[in-house]
Amino acid sequence: MSEARITWVGGPVLKACATGPFSIFEALAVGERRLLGEVIQLRGDELVAQVYEDTTGLEPGVTVVGLERPLSVTLGPNLLGGIFDGLLRPLSRATDFQIQPGATERSFARHRLEFAVRNGDVLSAGAVFARTVAPRPQSLLVPPWASGRVAALVEPGEHRDDETLLVLVDDTGRRHELTMQHDWPVRRSRPVRERLGVNAPMITGQRILDTLFPVARGGRAALPGGFGTGKTVLQEALAKWCDADVIVYVGCGERGNEMAEVLDEFPQLEDPRTGRPLAERTVIIANTSNMPVAAREASIYTAITVAEYFRDQGLNVALMADSTSRWAEALREVSGRLGELPGEAGYPAYLSSRLAEFYERAARVTSLAGAEGSVTIIGAISPPSGDFSEPVTLHTKRYVRCFWALDRQRAQARFYPAIHPLQSYGSDVQELADWWKRSGNPDWLVQRQRVLELLEAQAHLERMARIVGRDALPAQQQVRLLCADLVNEGFLRQSSFSKVDRFCSPARQVAMLSVLLHFADRADAAVAAGVPPARLAAMPMLRQLQRLGEEFSEDDLLRLRQLPRQIDYEFDQLQTVASHAG
Amino acid sequence: MQADLLLENAVTRIEGPLLFARREARVGLNAAVEVLAGNGPPRLGRVAALDETSMVIEVLESTAGLALRGTRIRLHPEPLLFGVGPHLLGRVFDSVGRPLDGGPPVAARSRRRIEGLAINPAWRALPRDFIETGIATIDVMNSLVRGQKLPLFSAGGLPHDRLAAEIAQRARLRGTQGEESFAVVFAGIGVPHDTAEQFRLAMESSGALGHTAMFLNLADEPGMQRLLAPRYALTAAEYLAFEEGRHVLVILTDMTNYCEALREVSASHGEIPGRKGYPGYMYSDLASLYERAGCIRGRPGTLTQLPILTMPGDDIGHPIPDLTGYITEGQIVLDRELDRRGIYPPVRVLPSLSRLMDAGIGEGFTDPDHPALAHQLFAAYARALRVRVLASVMGEQGLPESDRRFLAFGERFERQFVHQANARTLEESLETGWAALQGLPHSELTRLSNAQIGRHLGAEGHA
Repeated sequence: MSEARITWVGGPVLKACATGPFSIFEALAVGERRLLGEVIQLRGDELVAQVYEDTTGLEPGVTVVGLERPLSVTLGPNLLGGIFDGLLRPLSRATDFQIQPGATERSFARHRLEFAVRNGDVLSAGAVFARTVAPRPQSLLVPPWASGRVAALVEPGEHRDDETLLVLVDDTGRRHELTMQHDWPVRRSRPVRERLGVNAPMITGQRILDTLFPVARGGRAALPGGFGTGKTVLQEALAKWCDADVIVYVGCGERGNEMAEVLDEFPQLEDPRTGRPLAERTVIIANTSNMPVAAREASIYTAITVAEYFRDQGLNVALMADSTSRWAEALREVSGRLGELPGEAGYPAYLSSRLAEFYERAARVTSLAGAEGSVTIIGAISPPSGDFSEPVTLHTKRYVRCFWALDRQRAQARFYPAIHPLQSYGSDVQELADWWKRSGNPDWLVQRQRVLELLEAQAHLERMARIVGRDALPAQQQVRLLCADLVNEGFLRQSSFSKVDRFCSPARQVAMLSVLLHFADRADAAVAAGVPPARLAAMPMLRQLQRLGEEFSEDDLLRLRQLPRQIDYEFDQLQTVASHAG
Repeated sequence: MQADLLLENAVTRIEGPLLFARREARVGLNAAVEVLAGNGPPRLGRVAALDETSMVIEVLESTAGLALRGTRIRLHPEPLLFGVGPHLLGRVFDSVGRPLDGGPPVAARSRRRIEGLAINPAWRALPRDFIETGIATIDVMNSLVRGQKLPLFSAGGLPHDRLAAEIAQRARLRGTQGEESFAVVFAGIGVPHDTAEQFRLAMESSGALGHTAMFLNLADEPGMQRLLAPRYALTAAEYLAFEEGRHVLVILTDMTNYCEALREVSASHGEIPGRKGYPGYMYSDLASLYERAGCIRGRPGTLTQLPILTMPGDDIGHPIPDLTGYITEGQIVLDRELDRRGIYPPVRVLPSLSRLMDAGIGEGFTDPDHPALAHQLFAAYARALRVRVLASVMGEQGLPESDRRFLAFGERFERQFVHQANARTLEESLETGWAALQGLPHSELTRLSNAQIGRHLGAEGHA
């Protein structure tokens, strides 16, 4: 291993004079405490490195050791249900409540496993060679660089996670000893056989997302919003209820108490599809805002690498990144310390390409071994003073397919999720219409379009109403406003804290939307037939429709589907009365 | 442990708060130093950067009067530490933890790094103990829980100091009358002398001074020390909370002065400025203070923060409130217009928020209908303000009946719910909230269930 000696140190950056070869992005152990670092520049004998931990106490002359590999993380069956720092070191095993810098002692876990292969089988890279049994079955993969014929196997049963379980001999005669885990460099995407197109939405259980701005499996969505607009609550709601197999939740430069909330809540909540605690499908990567800034930069890559690892097992993975702005700021901070020429708003010029690299790692793929899996990225953005024209939001917009813009005004009226329907978009709508057709709603595309038109009209009419007064608008337009209000209140509003409404299945979404659009149809017709808008606004059933999500749970679908009949009845009454009066 | 080392005639250059010196002895990054000149008191500093032959020392006090010759540097082997122990309470300190009240130094039980160490997120317990502050807009609509950090976003001339003092005097768990051990730590950052004195008097009059530790960096003291006062205060608070098991409320005022000092220091380092000249790492730096709030699993004490900042130009988008809002768990925003109309406390309800509220209210914590009431008040008041804008354009007469009722609600809400002459219990606050909703058409109260309306509002009357 090469060594170097520190010649300069300031903040998280150090310079050192190397006595052996180092390579760019090589991982380093710095000083006696073996602080983790990474080479970021090489100039002759001098190397520049960033250190992922607190550098207090370092001084010139201290030894830096090259680890002869890029910054890597260990992937294996210990991840699910755990909480890790930005470099994937377990946080739950620490004995002190405050984080001490430096390498921690490695501890080992044991897992019971069954082999999926026999002696003599030929395994390709990425193949599943064994499965762990409890508490949740997980596949153990041949690393992407290894393949060959199985030459030796241990007995099935319980084993330590660093034990050699199986030996592969490849065509060149090279032996690969496999354990439950393998290392992978975080900045490199894991190889796949093929990238696939859009086929199905990731169901989030949030009506405004699934119905209006759906994200595809393997898609990319951005969630920008100023502080207090509900980014984190929405990210957490998605992490709880979306229909992914595995959730990777990375708190990148965010609040410690939010992590505590996830840790507190997830073990108690049940995954509606498996009946198991939600915590078991979740990997939490926590690099809170007061943890070292360089590790914040790495945490995003760590998270996506973990997500890819589960994807390669043939699973659908959702990565929640909260927040990518903090990651970009970490880039800016390190870049500033290196004295690089700043670009827009002080961010380094390579901000855009780094964002592109990250978002490109989301995909639906066929893995090396032929399994189909996906990684969907949902990245929160925290734009300064909620201004979407800042660099991180603008550059992200170029690489994502869905843009879920959070709106301060909605949030202040406690209208959640505070996604602004006119500023948001989803680009895979046409492709996903097929899925809705297959799932029993051939009209999804048309219904969605009607909702958007109604909301567009509302914005326009409210501007008019501000000038002339709502009562002065023509009757048809007053009814449009009424229906738009109804769609907002009864459909788009959805409380994450309501046990009934925190998750909404596609079937319930379809039923609710059909009810509301049916009301809109009848309302239009009634006004055309001469019923005054004030009479419509006074209909007693409106209150029920405004609280549709709360009043009809997933178990009330039948009752919900009956509602159009009640609507018909009430309108028939109204029109009879109206015609008698007329 | 290495012994302290004294360097003589090592200083080669002085620029603003930075001292460049030859590195004639071994010293590590961030090590504490004392700069000695003549017979004056030692000035504190720390090692900011190092290379093989030289080092940069950031002097945390004024560098006025330092000369290249004759200035000595005492190097400590460790970063800045604060010796904490029992008997911190009831005392007044300067920004670097030296007694200002003429008393003896605190006998140190442990010496702690003033920078603190990050709390392991896996060790945090979720804050969920509701604190009754006696202020309706906070208790009902933006509830404070133990372990939270909830700043006051204020502006020059608004009564934030009074509000903070009231919260400090009253903030207790419901049902307990001071049998738990609590403490208040006050960090005055660049505050005028009278502000500090007012706070002291307020605590004295409520008999809580014996539970209070004050760290003062007054307005006329060097800017550099503004960066230290909150760190010494929080180090003391962490000790009181997590070692002595007390429920500590930390008041940091005024964080705007802190950020100004940060900008000044960053400029003197020649760093690339970010938004409005503040350094790019201001977010991380503020987080290193605010994130020291919390609850720890298996430890009895808690650390709650109530930072106060004055928004420059009353602008909530200014980097100081903006970055603070991204770190803290909500904010209480004070408003000049309400203040002018004589409403106290002038809390602007809509942009105010408490993120941890949902964990600490409702069934089993406060009142089962508390969350729904809070949401309904927010929604109704948002509507009232929209209607108020309409009314100012076309006059009240041009509004439909339901809008007029919301207009009246807005006025009632501000005068009867927001405004309060005395502290209210939570029950009184909730009652006032329900009373304010009386008179609104029930069909428009979409955040309440029929059962809730029946329980609290009764049959629909006519306004």
